[in-house]
Amino acid sequence: MSDAQMAARHIPDRLEGPAARFVKSWESLLLVVAVLVFTVNSFASPYFLDPWNLSDATFNFTEKAMIAFAMALVIVSGEIDLSVAAIVALASTAMGYAMQLGFDTPVLVAVGLGAGLACGVVNGLLVTGLGLPSIVVTIGTMSLFRGLSFLILGDKAFTGYPESFSWFGQGYVWWVFSFELCLFAALALLYGVILHKTNFGRAVYAIGNNQTAALFSGIRVGRVKFVLFMMTGLMAGLASICLTARLGSTRPSIALGWELEVVTMVVLGGVSILGGSGSIPGVVLAALIMGMVTFGFGLLNVPGIVMSIFIGLLLIAVIGLPIVYRRVRAR
Amino acid sequence: MKMLLKNREMLLVVAILVLVGVIALRFPGFVALRNLVNVYNDTSILIILALGQMAVILTRCIDLSMAANLALCGMVAGLINLAMPGLPIPAVVLAVILLGAFLGAINGLLVWKLDIPPIVVTLGTLTIYRGMIFLLTNGAWINAHQMSDAFKSLPRGVVAGLPVLSWLSLIMIAIMLVVMKRTPLGRAFFAVGGNPHAAVYTGIDVGRTRFLAYCLAGALAGLSGYLWVSRYAVAYVDIAIGFELDIIAACVIGGISIAGGIGSVPGAVLGALFLGVIKNALPVVNISPFAQMAISGAVIIVAVAVNARAERRKGRVILKKAEAI
Repeated sequence: MSDAQMAARHIPDRLEGPAARFVKSWESLLLVVAVLVFTVNSFASPYFLDPWNLSDATFNFTEKAMIAFAMALVIVSGEIDLSVAAIVALASTAMGYAMQLGFDTPVLVAVGLGAGLACGVVNGLLVTGLGLPSIVVTIGTMSLFRGLSFLILGDKAFTGYPESFSWFGQGYVWWVFSFELCLFAALALLYGVILHKTNFGRAVYAIGNNQTAALFSGIRVGRVKFVLFMMTGLMAGLASICLTARLGSTRPSIALGWELEVVTMVVLGGVSILGGSGSIPGVVLAALIMGMVTFGFGLLNVPGIVMSIFIGLLLIAVIGLPIVYRRVRAR
Repeated sequence: MKMLLKNREMLLVVAILVLVGVIALRFPGFVALRNLVNVYNDTSILIILALGQMAVILTRCIDLSMAANLALCGMVAGLINLAMPGLPIPAVVLAVILLGAFLGAINGLLVWKLDIPPIVVTLGTLTIYRGMIFLLTNGAWINAHQMSDAFKSLPRGVVAGLPVLSWLSLIMIAIMLVVMKRTPLGRAFFAVGGNPHAAVYTGIDVGRTRFLAYCLAGALAGLSGYLWVSRYAVAYVDIAIGFELDIIAACVIGGISIAGGIGSVPGAVLGALFLGVIKNALPVVNISPFAQMAISGAVIIVAVAVNARAERRKGRVILKKAEAI
């Protein structure tokens, strides 16, 4: 796979203008797909173009997208975090436990964020402190974190969250704009700025492209990666708050399989799984597409597992087709 | 003694013996031969799967779709049996092995011909294969009473004191030992994982070797699919869900380096046995079965850390990527 990457990195005779670059970019392709999905959906079902229905549809992706933003940075830096869904489960379990001890909403939120952050720190320490490959470490911690919530909950569930807590998952800021949707927009902006407009973001790209070169140019590779894993844990904690508040209960199987959907979202958004390239606008568009497709299928009564086939095909197609296209053009 | 400790497989043997010994101190019944045979038999499917995953990981790839492949093949075996109860079981087994190999070949082709990273390919096919089961059955179950007796009894039959299931896993271990040690293909797995560029110069087709590793893993997953369904006498969409992680865990514990090129058949088998002993010991020592997941997670992390240290000390790789500082 490195050979293909190497061949693609030639130096062009002259740079294309910004307009040409935008038209040829992955993001504009995603934009076309998003518009297409939106149009097809609104023709396929008469219920699609209702503001409240559309607002409901956003719950399909907002929580996953929060994690996907942080995951995008992790993947750009050349690592991966497969434990995110397990962190959601453990943070939710921690909040449920705190609730049973009689704590109220502010403490629950702090516990959720704290648990997520702590899990991220564990991942970060294992990957950067001990220098272990992140894919195996996070497969291990995925099993550990979810295992802990199974250990605490067994076959039971925490229910009866306070009324004020449920606002994080069910509340609306204004008209059809839910708290989750606003949070999603704010985080998209925040992560866009972090990745594209700060030194930290440049460092993330540099590490993903060439870790050794990044190290020699004075970037503290270990520290940057540690922060990335911490941020991912924190985002998983945040998503856990929203999800728990929305469902109103905690089971150890909460958010099962989300790590795959989050990675799919990131990769669909044009982030190279090998690290070094990708953008937040791409991830935002990918989140919208996945949410709209899921919602559209839902309106057409397509079962969830059939949607997952579609997501799987989508994942392989979006990565495979550009490679095929490049091959055909090279001939 | 130091030599022994340096050898990863011996270390694992010692770890397993210590584990079994500690359990035996409080529950002597655990080390009864009858029970140990049961533990092995219970771990047989995991062993077979770990052998396939080992080949894939050796070539610097990973197969996350093995459990979904197993579930699809198991369901197809059940459906064949349902449609044609009279069909001899070996024919059914052969059919699902071929189906498994075909599903593995799809993974392999995507990795080989399209250069898509293995983790992405198998994440995708994982959901696709499991979704196919739903499309085949509409979510219906195949229950014990719908399966023919011959279908259910094959893995249970006892030959020379051991169940057929155990024999099958022993045969697979023997075959894999020969393949890894005595065939060009086995050497190619190691060569491709150890240094793909050097492998090209020695005339090994890297992509094709990876493709064959996926086919092998798929075939073993297909076989395991039949074994799983006939052993537990039920087939539905979610069988063996999440089992792909157990398989990878077994390999990692067994000292197979996720970076490719390092590993052995005994390692994979011992890694699987280690997990099997823990799984079977938990109810005996009265720990909640819900603890199993957390324990295997902790074991994976410890195993990775230990293996990484062992690999670093050897200093085998020169001009390695900079360590994160």
